Amino acid sequence: MKSKADVVIIGGGVSGCSLAYNLARAGIDVVVLEKKYLSSGATGACGAGIRQQWSTKENATLAIKSVKIFEKLSKELGEDIDLRQGGYLIIIHDDKGMKQSEKNVEMQRSLGLKVDILEPKQINDIVPILNVKGMQAIGATFCPTDGHANPFKTTFAYANAAKRHGAKIYTHTSVVDIKLNRNKISEVKTDKEPIKTNTVVNAAGVWSKEIAEMIGVKLPNIPFRKEIMVTERLKPMFEAMVISFKDGIYFSQQMEGQIIGGIPIPEERSGYKIIPTFSFMKHMSKTLTRYAPVLKHVNMLRHWTGFYDVTPDARPILGEINGVKGFIQCNGFSGHGFMLSPMVTKLLSDFIVEGKSSDILESLNLDRYKDKKIVKEVSVVG
Amino acid sequence: MKKKAIVCRCEDITEEDVLNAIEEGYTDIEELRKVLRIGMGPCQGRVCIQLVMKLLEKKTGKKVSKASLPTSRPPIVPVSLGTLASDKDEK
Ligand SMILES: Cc1cc2nc3c(=O)[nH]c(=O)nc-3n(C[C@H](O)[C@H](O)[C@H](O)COP(=O)(O)OP(=O)(O)OC[C@H]3O[C@@H](n4cnc5c(N)ncnc54)[C@H](O)[C@@H]3O)c2cc1C
Repeated sequence: MKSKADVVIIGGGVSGCSLAYNLARAGIDVVVLEKKYLSSGATGACGAGIRQQWSTKENATLAIKSVKIFEKLSKELGEDIDLRQGGYLIIIHDDKGMKQSEKNVEMQRSLGLKVDILEPKQINDIVPILNVKGMQAIGATFCPTDGHANPFKTTFAYANAAKRHGAKIYTHTSVVDIKLNRNKISEVKTDKEPIKTNTVVNAAGVWSKEIAEMIGVKLPNIPFRKEIMVTERLKPMFEAMVISFKDGIYFSQQMEGQIIGGIPIPEERSGYKIIPTFSFMKHMSKTLTRYAPVLKHVNMLRHWTGFYDVTPDARPILGEINGVKGFIQCNGFSGHGFMLSPMVTKLLSDFIVEGKSSDILESLNLDRYKDKKIVKEVSVVG
Repeated sequence: MKKKAIVCRCEDITEEDVLNAIEEGYTDIEELRKVLRIGMGPCQGRVCIQLVMKLLEKKTGKKVSKASLPTSRPPIVPVSLGTLASDKDEK
């Protein structure tokens, strides 16, 4: 193992691996430490949907710029990430939802996004199997360039490209402590050898809170368990991801033909319990067959649990901690970190390499929780 | 075993596919699962995981701990959404 590095990244999920790629490409000597295997955290459990239709300008901007990167990523990294842009269809159920959608669409269009509000009768043009009545839909919004990619392939492609640029990735290596020298990062202790460094990136997903506590920094993140299921493979029926903020459901058909989807369960609690529940299977099946009755005869194969790393405003915490030089956050993605990772890690890399900050990084700094006026992201599902 | 031997019937993965992936550096059973989708089909690995484990041990010379093997997930056997959604025992 190396005994020193310019930058040590904690966490080998999509965030850690994409940041390692951006840094290594810029000539930085970077190490990634992962306690299990790459994509073992939320990244390996996720739906990997890519959506640009957000309610806050920051999330929308990050997602739009990330999509531009995703579109060229297979080529750039030299490995296919299975990007498919079948769009996101967001179902609207009532006047309140319609008002919010109109507001969102106006803001999204001001950023140059192609997105439309659809009449109920247009819904089946996008996804024929949906039952407009059953969903109680009064409309929908649709953005054709939203989509999804394969989360494992994306993470491994980033990791492999990072290694080609000289990054070192150590799996099955846990960070156990971080040492400071006069409020500056000086060393990372692992369950193997220690590494000297002046910059640590906390990309440890739901465990980021524990990492920050090692040097007395308090993060407001809370882990929320989320269940997600997959059906047997079917012939291709639709390409869009269907979601509803009101019902909390999301589902899409993957490239191989299986339908993947999730929904919150009524008795959901925060915590680290990972046993999947029967309640989820029931609630999911009920809602899904109400949305698409033809799926009644389709078999569910598996369902599993992952964690959302949720912040008070459902937006990520990014950038350097005031007062601890070299301690950089890349966490709190609140259930949408996969789709934001390309742009988020590019901004962080620019900051680490050139000391260049940006309005977005500033607005997503931990310091925002100090003044009470935080703007909450409301367009959340799952 | 011949190179063409099918290791995972659900996903149509051969012994050669597994050996190639190990050679590319995917030396963790979970990583192999994720790049090859072994164990993600209807049988959830009951057929393939033991075989993949053997191949991995042979190739790397390291023992694979039983504890690191992927877990089977509910519903274990495929069940239709209609059955799961049925209201019979609902309050
Ligand atoms: C069910 C579900 C569905 C989702 N759907 C979507 C979606 O459709 N679209 C989307 O964009 N996002 C989705 N998400 C969210 C997305 O998965 C995450 O935001 C994203 O994967 C976060 O990536 P990460 O690399 O920051 O964290 P993670 O993938 O969690 O990686 C953190 C890593 O840090 C490692 N680690 C922790 N502690 C230590 C330590 N002490 N030492 C060393 N390593 C350590 C962990 O082992 C882990 O591998 C979903 C999440 C879930 C759970």
